[in-house]
Amino acid sequence: MDIYLQTLTELSKGLENGDFTSVEITKLFLERIAAQDERLNSFITVTASEALESAANADKARLDGKAGVLNGLPIAHKDIFCTQGIKTTCGSKMLNNFISPYDATIVKKISDAGAVILGKCNMDEFAMGSSNETSFFGPVYNPWNLECTPGGSSGGSAASVAARLTPVSTGTDTGGSIRQPAAFTGTVGLKPTYGRVSRYGMIAFASSLDQAGIITRSVEDSAKMLGVIAGFDRRDSTSINCRVPNYLLDLNESIKGMRIGIVRQHFENGSDEKTLNLVQDAISELKSLGALITEIDLPNIDLSVPAYYVVAPAECSSNLSRFDGVRFGYRAENPKDLHDLYCRSRGEGFGDEVKRRIMTGAYVLSAGYYDAYYVKAQQVRQLIAEDFQKAFSSVDLIAGPTTPSPAFKIGEKLDDPIKMYLNDIFTIGANLAGLPAMSIPCGFVDDLPVGLQLVGPHFGEQILLRCGHQYQEVTAWHKACPEAFK
Amino acid sequence: MSLNKEQVQHIAMLAKLNLSDEEYAESVEKLSKIVDFVDQLSTVNTADITPMAHPVDAIQRLRIDDITETNKRDYYQKNAHEVFDGLYLVPKVLD
Repeated sequence: MDIYLQTLTELSKGLENGDFTSVEITKLFLERIAAQDERLNSFITVTASEALESAANADKARLDGKAGVLNGLPIAHKDIFCTQGIKTTCGSKMLNNFISPYDATIVKKISDAGAVILGKCNMDEFAMGSSNETSFFGPVYNPWNLECTPGGSSGGSAASVAARLTPVSTGTDTGGSIRQPAAFTGTVGLKPTYGRVSRYGMIAFASSLDQAGIITRSVEDSAKMLGVIAGFDRRDSTSINCRVPNYLLDLNESIKGMRIGIVRQHFENGSDEKTLNLVQDAISELKSLGALITEIDLPNIDLSVPAYYVVAPAECSSNLSRFDGVRFGYRAENPKDLHDLYCRSRGEGFGDEVKRRIMTGAYVLSAGYYDAYYVKAQQVRQLIAEDFQKAFSSVDLIAGPTTPSPAFKIGEKLDDPIKMYLNDIFTIGANLAGLPAMSIPCGFVDDLPVGLQLVGPHFGEQILLRCGHQYQEVTAWHKACPEAFK
Repeated sequence: MSLNKEQVQHIAMLAKLNLSDEEYAESVEKLSKIVDFVDQLSTVNTADITPMAHPVDAIQRLRIDDITETNKRDYYQKNAHEVFDGLYLVPKVLD
C-alpha cells in the first residue's frame, strides 16, 4: 500500500520494522502538502525545516533504542495550540504575527513522544464557526467536494487528515468543532471528557466547554493518540487527576451485551433523511455485533443550542478581553488615546463572527440581563447534564447522527448565524455536559461522508473507542480516500 | 428587531469594539436574531435548579504556594509593540 495511505498505527509499525525512516515519510507528507494543499488551504504554517530536523532526530533516537510512542510519526496541530517559536494565529488577524513563547501541554506531550510536527492547521477564527469560513486566512475546502466546507472549527485539521496530507491532526471541540468536521470529511474525531486533556496553551474560547482532542483516520489511531495526550496537568486548573488507562488494551473485545441508547429526539427534528438512514444502518450493524439497542429520551436536548449560544459567547467575551493591543497581538495605527487603541485594535483585529460572539456575550452578561440569560442558561445546562446522567444509568453509550446533513456548500449558511449554529444541534450536548464523544465515518450521501456519533459517560473513552473500533473492524468507510487526493 | 442601534452601541462600548456604520446595521439585525433565538430559554421552568458551575463534578484544587515560574519578561515582551525599560508603552493616559 502507498505509504501516505497508511494509518498512524501502520506507519508506526513500518518505522519499527525499518521499512522506511521518519525522514522518508516526513519528506513524503511535506511533498504532499506542497503539491496538494493549494486546493484545500488546510495549513496556515508549514514547518518543513523543523520537521525534517526532528525526523532526523527521531531516526537517531530509534537507532539509540530511545524511541517514544510516536517516534518519527508526522502530525499537524490546529493553529489554536501554542507552539514555541512558531507562529500561532488562531485563524485571526489579531494574532497574525504572534510567535508563541511556550508550548501547549498537548504539543509538548506529543513532541516528547517523538512525533514530527508538519505544521499548523487552518481553523475558524478563534474556533468560532462551523464551516472554517471565518478564518482570516481564507476558507478550507472539503477534499470530497471542493465546493463544500470541511466543517469547523477544526476544518484544516479534518481536511488535512482526509486528504492524507498528515496521518493525524490535533483539534479542539467547544460545541462540535472536532466531531462535525470529522463527519464532513470522513475522518474519526474524538472529543475527550472535559478535564481529560490539558487546556494549557490552547487559546481559550469558552473555558468551561473547550476540550482538546484529535482527528485521525481510524479509531485505533485515536486510542493511540489519546494515550499520549490524556492526563493530569497542574497548569490547567480544571484538569482532572484520574488514571489514564491503556486505551489500546480492550479495543479488540467484543461489544456483545453493550447497551446502546438511541435518542428519540435525534430522529424527530427534520434532519436529512438519507443521513439518518445511514446512521440507522450503522446502528443495525452495532446490533448485529451484539449490542443491545434501546430508545432513550433526552427531554431538554433541543435547548442545548440556545443554552450554548448564551454560555459560550459569555465566556468568549471574557476570555477575548485579553486582546487589547497593548501586550501582544494586533495594534491599530496612530491611536489617539488609550480607549481608541483598545477599540480600534479590537474592531480591526477581529473578524465579524468573533465580534458578534463577543457582543452577544457582553449583552447576556450586562447589568439587567445576567439572570435572564446567563444564569438561566447555566440552569438549562444543568437540566441537560442531568438528562444525560439519567440516560447513562440504563445505557453504556449513546449513538446517533453527528450532524443533521452532510457537508454544505461554501457560502450557503454564512449570512444566517442561526442556520449555522443549528448545524451543531447533535454535538453541543456533550460539551454542555462535559462528556466524551466521537464521530466515525458511516457512509456517503451523494459522495459526501456522513458521521455516526457515539457519546459516553464521563471518562468513558474506553467504551467509545472499543465500540468504534469494533464497528471499523466490520466496515470500510474509514478507509475511503477522496479520489482527487489519491 | 429586539435590539436597536443605541443598545448595540452600548454593547459595543462594553466590549470595547469600534464598529463601522455598516457593521452597526448588520449587528442590529444579526444580534437581534441571536437574542430572539436564545429567548426560548425563558419558557423553561428552572425553579430550584442550581446553575451549573462545572461540567464534571470536581472540586477546585489549591496548589502549594511555591515559586514555579522564573522571570522571562524580556523573552515574553518580544511579541510586544512598544516596550521601554521592561514596560509596555501605550498612548498617554493623563495630560
